[in-house]
Amino acid sequence: MDIPVTPVAPAPTAPAAATAVSERAQARRETLRLLFRRPAFIVGIIVLVGWIITAVLGERITPYDPFNAFGLGHQPPSLEHLLGTDRLGRDVLSRVMVGSRDVLIVAPLAATLGVVAGTLLGLVMGFYRGPIDDILSRLVEAFLALPVILVALLTLVVLGSSSLVVVFVVGILFTPIVARTVRSAVLIERQLDYVTAARLRGESGPFILSREIFPNVLGPTIVELTVRFGYAIFTVATLSFLGVGIQPPSADWGLTVSEEYTNMISGVWWPTLFPALAIASTVVAVNLIADSLQSVLNE
Amino acid sequence: MARFIARRLLLSLVTLWLLATIVFVITNVLPNDVGRTILGPFAPQESVDAMNERLGTNRPIIVRYVDSLRRIVTLDFGDSFVSQQPVVPQLAGAIGRSAQLAGLALLITIPISIVAGLFAARRRDRRVDRAIVLLGVTSSSIPEFVTGTILVVVVGVQLGWLPVLATPPSDSDPLTTIRYLLMPAIAMAIVYFGYIARMTRAGTIEVLQSDYIRTATMKGLTTRQTMFRHVLRNALVPTVAVIAVQVGYLFGGIIAVEKIFNYNGMGQTMLMAAQRKDIPMLTAGVIAVGIVYMLSTLIADMVMAWMNPRIRLDAER
Repeated sequence: MDIPVTPVAPAPTAPAAATAVSERAQARRETLRLLFRRPAFIVGIIVLVGWIITAVLGERITPYDPFNAFGLGHQPPSLEHLLGTDRLGRDVLSRVMVGSRDVLIVAPLAATLGVVAGTLLGLVMGFYRGPIDDILSRLVEAFLALPVILVALLTLVVLGSSSLVVVFVVGILFTPIVARTVRSAVLIERQLDYVTAARLRGESGPFILSREIFPNVLGPTIVELTVRFGYAIFTVATLSFLGVGIQPPSADWGLTVSEEYTNMISGVWWPTLFPALAIASTVVAVNLIADSLQSVLNE
Repeated sequence: MARFIARRLLLSLVTLWLLATIVFVITNVLPNDVGRTILGPFAPQESVDAMNERLGTNRPIIVRYVDSLRRIVTLDFGDSFVSQQPVVPQLAGAIGRSAQLAGLALLITIPISIVAGLFAARRRDRRVDRAIVLLGVTSSSIPEFVTGTILVVVVGVQLGWLPVLATPPSDSDPLTTIRYLLMPAIAMAIVYFGYIARMTRAGTIEVLQSDYIRTATMKGLTTRQTMFRHVLRNALVPTVAVIAVQVGYLFGGIIAVEKIFNYNGMGQTMLMAAQRKDIPMLTAGVIAVGIVYMLSTLIADMVMAWMNPRIRLDAER
């Protein structure tokens, strides 16, 4: 019975698939149009892209060499050094401009790891239910009880600090959070008619999961990725401030704050305040993007 | 209700066991040589062996695992590597001081955020609402140490309104203590404002759209009566849940805040332990915060079950 069906089948599915793809592309364009009408999204994108540009161009546009131009230490902001100099006499403005380099590599990697692993886990938990879901749900709950910063501190002490370990620790700690979100999205999807239809067609579990359900939970997954990116910057910056994240001689903002914050009390605020404001602007920018994405996709 | 609590307690115990297992994996399975981790790569092998002998880390892994579970049941995490004193009394004092700071932060943030959330929900999509939502997104995304730094520079150093170090003189009265704790508490309160306000707003908006609120309005109740009798009880259920989660999270953020304000709580204790690779102290800290998190979510679940009987009945089924 199967033999006559197979050659006929591709003919009608090919154009159907083509329209589906173009519809999807159209929907994507519509989402983008809605996004760019939101001031919060535009501000977020401008700030984030701005920091990426300064990080990439780096020494070509900084007024001084951020690493090797040592002068008089702790000079207050002046026309010569717009944001002053740090304890070793390096130009604060130049260092702030290249200070996003490490965090903007480590944080997206950690977020991506957490979202990919969490999505896989969430898909399996939500779709198969039963004992797998029960056991994994308990495990997810135990992971959620772990204080992220504290566990990261413990793990980085045990394994030694390196950017790679930071990526893995933060990514793994994010995995259960993402898994929980994706699981609840899958629980709703699996009850819908198109899943029943696929089952009746005799499709296999993995096929239904990857081709039917996954595209439909892609929206929440993308939102989760941007949200996690924000949290990852938050966490990596905090870990760097605690001395177990990004290591010297990087000009990383969190690290710089930890190197200079004790001087605030004696009135030397500029080497601390400007990197702190840079961190604030970046996390707020990412969260504005995430928030706009969330409301546009929910509409 | 008794069945609900019993079930919930049992679940907490399972979670605690899993938590202990995860921590055991981090401290005992990930590093292939605990003594080497502590002493560093250049220590002579004899010292490493002696260290492992003293810590008991040369025993088979199963023995160590059972031992680590026993430690949690008896609340005895052994001696600190550094001070050679039992870990628990040292940590208990520090957690007490951190709890003061965290308590003050919650005391500031909970009422303000709930009021802001309710206010925004009632004026949904108007300018005030947009402003509160934007403020929430901004405040919850900035790390505590960044807010703390900005506060120290502006309020502490430039304006000179509040002390920049959080530890009060030893014989100060409660009011002075609060004055010293105020700035670090505000740094933490700002982060939680966003979460709690947004959750309250979302919960309230959902309830305000429900049929029974329309009924309440149509039978002639005043807005005040509707809000207090019908809206709050249901709208605040998700808020209670998010506060409980934040209580556990609070102890993560407190480390950075205590570092900025040089406050001798559990954050400083953990940082010191991290610098000296004092693994028993760190382990005890992680487990302690895990227990705090579980207690707070347990209490929150009970409050939620009391607020909304449907939750309780669903769980008993």
